[in-house]
Amino acid sequence: MSNAEDHQGTRRDFIYYATAGAGAVVTGAAVWPLVDQMNPSADVLALASIRVDVSTISAGSQLTVLWQGKPVFVRRRTEEEIALARSQDEALSSMPDQMARNANLGSPAEALDENRTLDENGEWLVQMGVCTHLGCVPLGNSAGDFEGWFCPCHGSHYDASGRIRRGPAPENLPIPVASFVDDATIQLG
Amino acid sequence: MSGIPHDHYEPKSGGAKWLESRLPIIGLLHDTLMIPTPKNLNWMWIWGIVLAFCLVMQIVTGVVLVMHYTPHVDMAFASVEHIMRDVNGGHMIRYFHMNGASLFFVAVYAHIFRGLYYGSYKAPREVTWIIGMLIYLMMMGTAFMGYVLPWGQMSFHGTAVITGLFGAIPFVGESIQTWLLGASSVGQPALNRFFSLHYLLPFVIAGLVIVHIWAFHSTGNNNPTGVEVRRTSKAEAEKDTLPFWPYFVIKDLFALAVILAVFVAIVGFMPNYLGHPDNYVEANPLVTPSHIVPEWYFLPFYAILRAFDDSVWVVQFTSWISFGIIDAKFFGVLAMFGAIIVMALAPWLDTSSVRSGRYRPMFKWWFALLVVDFIVLMWAGAMPAEGIYPIIALIGSAYWFAYFLIILPLLGVIEKPETPPATIEDDFNAHYGNQAADGSATPAE
Repeated sequence: MSNAEDHQGTRRDFIYYATAGAGAVVTGAAVWPLVDQMNPSADVLALASIRVDVSTISAGSQLTVLWQGKPVFVRRRTEEEIALARSQDEALSSMPDQMARNANLGSPAEALDENRTLDENGEWLVQMGVCTHLGCVPLGNSAGDFEGWFCPCHGSHYDASGRIRRGPAPENLPIPVASFVDDATIQLG
Repeated sequence: MSGIPHDHYEPKSGGAKWLESRLPIIGLLHDTLMIPTPKNLNWMWIWGIVLAFCLVMQIVTGVVLVMHYTPHVDMAFASVEHIMRDVNGGHMIRYFHMNGASLFFVAVYAHIFRGLYYGSYKAPREVTWIIGMLIYLMMMGTAFMGYVLPWGQMSFHGTAVITGLFGAIPFVGESIQTWLLGASSVGQPALNRFFSLHYLLPFVIAGLVIVHIWAFHSTGNNNPTGVEVRRTSKAEAEKDTLPFWPYFVIKDLFALAVILAVFVAIVGFMPNYLGHPDNYVEANPLVTPSHIVPEWYFLPFYAILRAFDDSVWVVQFTSWISFGIIDAKFFGVLAMFGAIIVMALAPWLDTSSVRSGRYRPMFKWWFALLVVDFIVLMWAGAMPAEGIYPIIALIGSAYWFAYFLIILPLLGVIEKPETPPATIEDDFNAHYGNQAADGSATPAE
């Protein structure tokens, strides 16, 4: 095909590379839409934020709402739970994940209880109800060995602050973007 | 087609000659069906027919089920109940399809372990083995996506767990998971595309099956002695072989009839024995079933996935040496896929010069232990992830990897194998007497 003695390249070489290049570009252009169509569609992405009425939640109980197809735990903690969670801050250095994982904080913070709650008193804990191991929904109401949440799928124990303490899950339960719109309403997203 | 000398098709009638010179399809079918097959094949060589039957049965019942099924999150569960209650004979068609998946996997595991014992993976059949492993992977994908379609609790949360495996890949995992699901969580996009792929993949498998058969028709079948058919002359080859039709077809069909008798009894009398009651509860994203288990045929690999947590030193070491990129979660995922990859690499890990396990005194025991290990892992995978079970799963996983990565390479060096018979004919005569010794193979009499 190509002329080995001709270092300038021949017209035949040029046509060969031009054709191969054009073929590669066209193939890529044809394949990309077929791959990209599997990404989330516009209507799926549009379901960005919802408002949750939390006036009916009494201390020591939990509301689970569906947000972007995933459960979110909204827990109003009792005094004992707050005290328990904060006393566990001492064990921070031995925790598998020492980051707060709080989307409301601008910068990464330590996984202290105060960095994970929605209000300063630590009464409201809003977090994704999705185990960071493989996505099961953990059981709540002081479940597990650390009186927080327990994932039944592969045995991950979370404490009263939603921090991973034991089991295969690598990270603390993430805190989504959330804020009080008024005293009785939390906006997610 | 094959290197074994045998008679080729000769068209006789005018019409056959006319067609053969234009499209040699009768010749192709004739040569495929009449392929010289080692005459000492035992009952472990029946699983191929069972697998072919399963593939056809699953495609036929599946196509019929699709006529009544709706791939929508609000209607999928109801449409399956519609099949179960309203469609004429629908419940039996679904039960056949559901349990057909189990029969498919019983057969494929028997087929794979047959290959592992008799060394069917060894040269020159590596390509057959690799294609077989690809078929097995596709089967797992197809079975998993099919299990999602009824949109029960296990369907939904099983999908969350399995797609979560891809989320464990460092850096790009989350994007891949979102891409697979078409959303940040399991929902309509996932159900819709799994339905599409569940319909597609069986036909891809059918294509691979043809290549699988083509490959071992080129090398010839393995057999219990692992000794190759003699190829120097047609007369010698005929002393070692019999044509596939009618000898092996009839034998295989008899075996299939026996297996189907058991299968139909299970479908008829205990159709839900292998399923989970939770999957008759409609999917609810807010509640995870208290104990998520995959279908039985995934359990050994599920056990391997769960076995590796932070307390295992290999995991800690890997995490340390990779600067934390490979955490316990990703390690478990790697181990699960690795368990299948090491099996696919068996042709290159097995260093023994003797093919069949029948003549390998030490190998036999290690292989038996591997079969036990597989069953133990299956059992451990079904148990909750607490107490003694993770430790059992860890030991089982360790043996699985040790078998392929340490024992197979080492045995070839330290084991002293027995001498296999010189020819397949010798082996056959040793079992069935010498009446065929004059060369006129008439074992049917």
